[in-house]
Amino acid sequence: MTITTKKIALRFPRHLVDRPVVYHLIKEYNLELNILKASISSEEGHMVLELRGERADFDKGIDYLTRTGLIIDTLCREVTRNEDRCTDCGACVTVCPASSFTVDPHTREVVFDEEKCIVCGLCILSCPSRSMELHF
Amino acid sequence: MSKTIEEINRKIREGKAVVFTAEEIIGVVREKGLERAAAEVDVVTTGTFGPMCSSGAYFNIGHSKPRIKLGGGRVYLNDVPAYGGFAAADVMIGANALPDDDPRNRVHPGEFNYGGGHVIEELVAGRDVKLVAQAYGTDCYPRKKLETWINIKDLNEAVLFNMRNSYQNYNVAVNLSDKAIYTYMGTLKPNMGNITYCSAGQLSPLLNDPLYKTIGIGTRIFLGGGTGYVAWPGTQFNPGVPRTESGVPKRGAGTLAVIGDLKQMNPRYLMGASMLGYGVTLSVGIGVPIPILNEEILKFTTVTDDDIFAAVIDYSSVYPEVKPDIVAEVSYGQLRSGKVVINGREIPTGSLSSYPRAREIASTLKEWITAGKFELSQAVEALPDPDSGVKFKLLNERPINGDRL
Repeated sequence: MTITTKKIALRFPRHLVDRPVVYHLIKEYNLELNILKASISSEEGHMVLELRGERADFDKGIDYLTRTGLIIDTLCREVTRNEDRCTDCGACVTVCPASSFTVDPHTREVVFDEEKCIVCGLCILSCPSRSMELHF
Repeated sequence: MSKTIEEINRKIREGKAVVFTAEEIIGVVREKGLERAAAEVDVVTTGTFGPMCSSGAYFNIGHSKPRIKLGGGRVYLNDVPAYGGFAAADVMIGANALPDDDPRNRVHPGEFNYGGGHVIEELVAGRDVKLVAQAYGTDCYPRKKLETWINIKDLNEAVLFNMRNSYQNYNVAVNLSDKAIYTYMGTLKPNMGNITYCSAGQLSPLLNDPLYKTIGIGTRIFLGGGTGYVAWPGTQFNPGVPRTESGVPKRGAGTLAVIGDLKQMNPRYLMGASMLGYGVTLSVGIGVPIPILNEEILKFTTVTDDDIFAAVIDYSSVYPEVKPDIVAEVSYGQLRSGKVVINGREIPTGSLSSYPRAREIASTLKEWITAGKFELSQAVEALPDPDSGVKFKLLNERPINGDRL
């Protein structure tokens, strides 16, 4: 039994925005989930989820999402830090809604915890030296 | 007991100078006492690294064949407009300059991903930079068009000049409005959701010499990874602000105009910066040595973050409208703890200047001095002190067309 935690980004085409997809992930596939971000426009819906569950359930859940017609377009999207450009200033610290950045009290360096990142991207343009990057 | 700069330089040459950073000296004096430490310590090094807008660089590109007179023409470096109004072959670029086609804030907040600060960084990093110029042509300078790559190693001179930086204390920023704002103090969340500040505090040059007893025109400094000099009092020099009992200003006060050889510099300490919704700028690293000539000067260098206070200013209304109100006064000790309490509410704090890099600069300068590679200079002229009457003035606007705007 392996417990997996993964973040996925979902795109809901217009005809699927009214479907209770998340309900089925919980009910049918025993997945614990945390909605990190959700938005809807006139054309489509967008949601970033953190899923936690047994490996087998997780795979079945992903399979269900794909069959439903949802686009899991950025499964591997992540925010990383270019260490060569980071100056440890701290402009990102209060901007991040997930508290991914902390200041080490001794070195006063800015520590980036990728585990906490919800891929909202707010740090990317708030970083004066543009050290935060979005990767797919 | 007092020393002279010449005596300290002799010790530097002999490899015997005792040097501490402005952070280390606090503990040294606590342990040894002022009198003994003043006798033993020769130099205290300071450092700061953060966005410093009033930066620019000028250089001489050499003469093209046939010759071109850039003065009176137009000059672009990597599509960023530069200033060529100095005779034939000298060009100056400001850190805030933007390419003509940058969308700026047309879609707010603009990204400002590339500008003069980035051109300066690329030059310093040794990368080729594209120069495009048009001129009007004369009998002695017939050429009208020039398009070429330039590289710092081929330039006759390349000089960093900054008319105002190393601010002695600075505003601390909040946003009291109900929507996010984008400022040179970073992104400020609505309803006082965060606080930003920008100073190396206890490591910062002018906070360790608050009454300008040693730092003056001609002081040799660490600038952008190379050697530079204090060229002049920085613009907006305003020494007459409220101060603590030990002379530390509680508002923005002194500034430095500095100059140095760009060819010696290093992009680690001279880096283009983009401020969301505000513009481009340049992050500059500066380190200033303070000669410990007597106990009084040593005492100034023992300033701690808890002794430095700054005004919290609302950047949604008070700052842009130039109102006098302040929200609170907080210490750098509080700011660095990660949160401050204002009106019973905990507000998270973030910095725009890098403390680790300021520390690195102070340590590098300490190494240079200890290794005999950097001697101190005697200032040739003092900066205006709090009694000088020098004052920062707002613009006295006088309408040109009667009272009509």
